[in-house]
Amino acid sequence: MSHLLREHAPVTTAGWELLDSEARERLSPALAARRLVDFSGPLGWEHSATNLGRVEDLSGAPGDGVEAKQRRVLALVELRVPFAISRAELEAGDRGAEDADLAPLDEAARRIAIAENAAVFHGWKAAGISGVLESSPYDAIELGEDCERYPRHVAKAVEALLDAGVAGPHGLALGSDVYARVLETSEHGGYPLLEHLREILSGPIVWAPGVEGAGVLSMRGGDFLFESGEDLSIGYSDHDAESVRLYLQESFSFRVATPEAAVALT
Amino acid sequence: MGFDQYHEPPEQLPEATRTFARLCASLTEEAEAIGWYEQRMAVEADEEARAIMHDAQGEEFKHFCMDLEFLLRRTPLWREIAEGILFQDGDIVEHGEEAEEEATEGAAERGAPLAGGESLGIGSLREVPR
Repeated sequence: MSHLLREHAPVTTAGWELLDSEARERLSPALAARRLVDFSGPLGWEHSATNLGRVEDLSGAPGDGVEAKQRRVLALVELRVPFAISRAELEAGDRGAEDADLAPLDEAARRIAIAENAAVFHGWKAAGISGVLESSPYDAIELGEDCERYPRHVAKAVEALLDAGVAGPHGLALGSDVYARVLETSEHGGYPLLEHLREILSGPIVWAPGVEGAGVLSMRGGDFLFESGEDLSIGYSDHDAESVRLYLQESFSFRVATPEAAVALT
Repeated sequence: MGFDQYHEPPEQLPEATRTFARLCASLTEEAEAIGWYEQRMAVEADEEARAIMHDAQGEEFKHFCMDLEFLLRRTPLWREIAEGILFQDGDIVEHGEEAEEEATEGAAERGAPLAGGESLGIGSLREVPR
C-alpha cells in the first residue's frame, strides 16, 4: 500500500475511477505551467531535492588542512488541498449516476492548479522558488486596458526575446482576467484578437489561472525546469458515516535556468 | 485453487494490480494452450480430431488477443512499444529496439506515471515539441 492510503478508503474501484477521472478533467485545462515549461519526472514521493550542481564553503572541517564544501540543493515543496466527498454521492456514482456531486474535488483541483501556476510564474520565496516572470531581466511591458493594442505588446515581447538570442517557439500565458478580455475582444472588422495573437507567436496561448497579467516565454527547452516528485494524486485521510475526506497532493521544485527567456506583461 | 499469479503478498497489492496479475496469468495460460494444441495437431493422425483441435486452438487465439488487448489498454507504455512491433514488416528485433527507445524516452519527456504509481498521470501537457 502506498502512502496515499487509498486502499483504506471506503471507496469502490469504480468510485476511484470516477474521482481520478474528474480530477484529471478539471486539472488539465488549468495547469498552464505544464503547457509551457520543461517537465521532468515524476521521480516519486521519496524524491526530496533537486541537484543544483553548486556548493558552498563549509567551515569547521574535522581535520587540519581539510577543506570542506556542502552541496546546495533545492528542496521539493509539497502542495496538499484537502476536500470531502459525500458518501451518498459516491454511492450514486456506483449505481451509474452521471451527475454525482463532486464539487469539493473540483474546487480542490482549481486551488492546487492556481498554486502550481503561481509558484512557477511568480515564485515562492519561502520555498526558494524564483518565478518565470519575476526573474525576467526586461522591463515589464504594460498591457493597459486597450485590448486592441495587445498584439503590438506581444510582438514587442517576442522581439525582445529574439534580440537577446532566445529562439522560439514562444508561448503566451494569460492570467484569467487578461484571457477573458482577449476572448471577448474582436478588433475592427471583427477579426478575433486571439487569432491575431496566434499569428505573432509560434507557440500556444494558454489560460493561466493564478497568473497576474501575462507573460511571453520561450519553449525551446532548458530554460524553465519543473521537476515533479510525486505527480498530482488523490489520497485518503479519514471518513465518517456521511463523507470521505480526501486530498489532492503533489511535490515539485521549479528553477529558472535562463531568466532572459521570458518577458512579463503587466 | 492456487494463487501463483501473485509474486508479492496479495493483501499488499492494490486491486488494480491484482487484476493486472490475473490477466497476465491468463495470457500465459492461453499461450501455453496454443502451444499444446499445436503439438497435438502435429502428432494426431485422425483428420476429424485434428479439425476439433484446430477449432479449439482458434478459441485460444481469441482469448489470448482479448487478454493482451486488456493489458495494453491498462499499460500505455506497453501499448506504445507494441504498436512499434506488431503487424510490421521487416526486422522484428530492430523494430523492438526502436520502439522501446522511442516509447521510453517519450514517456519520460511527457512525465508518464511511475510504474505501479497511483498518481493521476497528468505529467507534461506541452504540445509543442522541443
